[in-house]
Amino acid sequence: MTAFIIRRLGQAVIVLLVMSLIVFVGVYLIGNPVEVLIAPDADQLERERAIVALGLDKPLWEQYLVFLHGALTGNLGNSFVFNIPALQLIMQRMPATLELAFAAALLAVGIGIPLGMYAGYRPEAPLSRAIMAGSILGFSLPTFWVGLVLIMVFAVDLGWLPSTGRGATATVLGIRTSLATRDGLAHIVLPALNLALFQLSLVIRLTRAGMRENLPMDYVKFARAKGLTVRRVLFVHVFKNILIPLVTVIGLELGSVIAFAVVTESIFAWPGMGKLIIDSINRLDRPVIVAYLLVVVAMFVVINLVVDILYSVLDPRVRLSDSQG
Amino acid sequence: MRGLRACALAAVFAAAMGTVVVKAQDLTVGLSSSVTSIDPHFHNLSPNTNVALHIFNPLILKDEHQRLMPGLATEWKAVDDTTWEFKLRQGVKFHDGSDFTADDVVATLKRIPWVPNSPSSFRIYTQGITSWEVLDPYTIRFKTAAPYPLLPLDASSFMIVPKKDEQAPTGDFNSGKAAIGTGPFRFVEFVPGDRIVLERNDAYWGPKPAWQRVTLKIIPNNSARVAALLAGDVQIIEQVPSIEYAKLKSNPDVVISQIVGNRLIYLAMDSFRDQSPFVTDKEGAVLPNNPLKDARVRRALSKAINRQAIVDRIMDGVALPAGGLLPEGFFGVSPKLKPEPFDPEGAKKLLTEAGYPNGFGLTIHGPNDRYLNDEKILQAIGPMFSRIGIDTKVDTKPWATYASQASAPTYAYSVMLFGWGADTGEVSSPLRSLIATPDKAAGMGGSNRGRYSNPKVDALLKTALETVDDAKRDKILQQATEVAIADQGIIPLQYQINVWATRKGYSYGARADEYTLAQSVQPAK
Repeated sequence: MTAFIIRRLGQAVIVLLVMSLIVFVGVYLIGNPVEVLIAPDADQLERERAIVALGLDKPLWEQYLVFLHGALTGNLGNSFVFNIPALQLIMQRMPATLELAFAAALLAVGIGIPLGMYAGYRPEAPLSRAIMAGSILGFSLPTFWVGLVLIMVFAVDLGWLPSTGRGATATVLGIRTSLATRDGLAHIVLPALNLALFQLSLVIRLTRAGMRENLPMDYVKFARAKGLTVRRVLFVHVFKNILIPLVTVIGLELGSVIAFAVVTESIFAWPGMGKLIIDSINRLDRPVIVAYLLVVVAMFVVINLVVDILYSVLDPRVRLSDSQG
Repeated sequence: MRGLRACALAAVFAAAMGTVVVKAQDLTVGLSSSVTSIDPHFHNLSPNTNVALHIFNPLILKDEHQRLMPGLATEWKAVDDTTWEFKLRQGVKFHDGSDFTADDVVATLKRIPWVPNSPSSFRIYTQGITSWEVLDPYTIRFKTAAPYPLLPLDASSFMIVPKKDEQAPTGDFNSGKAAIGTGPFRFVEFVPGDRIVLERNDAYWGPKPAWQRVTLKIIPNNSARVAALLAGDVQIIEQVPSIEYAKLKSNPDVVISQIVGNRLIYLAMDSFRDQSPFVTDKEGAVLPNNPLKDARVRRALSKAINRQAIVDRIMDGVALPAGGLLPEGFFGVSPKLKPEPFDPEGAKKLLTEAGYPNGFGLTIHGPNDRYLNDEKILQAIGPMFSRIGIDTKVDTKPWATYASQASAPTYAYSVMLFGWGADTGEVSSPLRSLIATPDKAAGMGGSNRGRYSNPKVDALLKTALETVDDAKRDKILQQATEVAIADQGIIPLQYQINVWATRKGYSYGARADEYTLAQSVQPAK
């Protein structure tokens, strides 16, 4: 197990290095950030002064080396736009995105698994068919459109929920989160629902497929024959088995939700990392783009590692590679 | 398990209904662009200045029509050609209780060039001042190298900070520690990317704002911003998308306020190179003699554009066809410059006269995410040019790529769409940046991407920039603009109309400089 983890971490470092190089060159090729940031009535001298101030007058390889040098000490550069360390900027916004992703995942799993299990247990019932049709809508409808419709219906027409932004925050266990206040919960419902829709549909379909696959299996028959209740068979034995593909998908989806909840964050003006990255790309704020992508890659690596380890815990048949005996 | 979940959902909805009650004296504003810093000297960016105008004051303020009015300075005059004297307002206190004196002005002038890592510094407004002299705590004199009539305009563009903040880093402003100004509101909170919270400064020297607590919310998505207004989450929004204009105007719960702004949308043309990369013959080969160097060709292009149609169909009526560099009412605007009438026949005649009876090939470029309906305007202009015989292709790009490629040193394009907001409120601004021959040392032609050059205009502009007498300067600027437009240095298309939408019961004094100021929002009585 340890050798496995160390191997994985080594691979992660290589991926991070390659990623930083690609992003650096890519952003450099798009254009000059000074043109985007400078006030229109600034003269040419001011432009040149700004280029020097941001370190953009040096050749590309020198800029990259400066970056690497800083990266080794944990300094990924200062944002051109905000002039605070890029990493600090991302960490500032991360709680908001994590909150949203967590709420969305909770909704997706909390609603999806029961619905999927029902659909798998009684596949011919009308409710099951409705659930499956609904799940198709869930991953076909564009997030952008659904978000706006949610705002129009719940915020504008009915006036039940606020239409935009993140609510008031409170500190719980040392973390500032908006899930701890009423106002915060009201603000997070619509964006979390919007974000959860795709995951929800996936979870429902996967759960149903898992149920259909496991219910006819021998161990279920034997368990019933022995006298275990339906409840125990479903929620203890079958449940654990359908979790394996579910955990993979939820893990991967969680990663991409955290990294790329851009559309939802843009519509709901949610001050998270997704919005930060799209703004930074538009403004050619290279240090933030690089830092963000590095953080995201690191996150994906960790999530995949956790998922792999969970496998070996959940399914006794799986042995993590390397161990031969 | 199920019962618990149902209870939780019910609790959420119940909580939602009993959300924070908004008091009558609170105001929430929906802003459209991200604010990057509270430090008023860090980044010369409109959204940042917009927020700074709430917390700080400049020496001279501007009203809705960008006319100068006393701010922290009560009077100012040119004592001689190179000296300006400003008398400062007495009895003004900063938010921390300290008194405002000339020392704070000096500290500001020292801080502005010092701010580290500024992507766009405010020193362009202070470098005209070569030295200063404090005569007494409420009188200060500025000396300039040459006669500098625009000093009061510069003085309206930077905010005064207290002397104890002379070396305060940007981070201290963002956290609030150093965000001490003399403005109508005090700083409460800044959540980057989300909102800025302010509260009323009861000791403000000017008219007391109507709002105790102001939240400036940043909602860049157009539809979401309009939805927030309709839902009542915000009471005023800026940058109303033109598509929503008609619907909001007919909505009984919404009040529209608008004014012709200072932003010109225009086409710049490459009149410098003998061979321009995107000016070709009909087969696509670059022409050996750039037709854009001929003023008749440029004028033909201007005649071919149906400006009224663009305003009516694309801008939904929320724009004004343009014939000059700034609309009527601004300083230096000539009443003789009317929008070029739509005349495709006249355009074809001019092309024939210039030696292009069958036209030529052209690609026009522009941004697709910078100005309101920029891409659509270009897509409308393309066929208009094609109609007079110029086979035109349209190519738009995101601003980041487009602006870099169009500017020095690449100058990649031939005909380009750009906008120009005259922050100073007078015609010298576009003349200097868009029309004057590029001259790095003199700071001229900084945004003249076609590298248009007209020595007559340059001479007139130089004289104007050294004429301190307002009436004389007005005349010279008018003349300079007339010469530039007669030679078609650029093709003016339209002036933007700035639109704000407020909920019924609120009114906003629409501003030509596009700023959204909470102190100008009034409860309608």
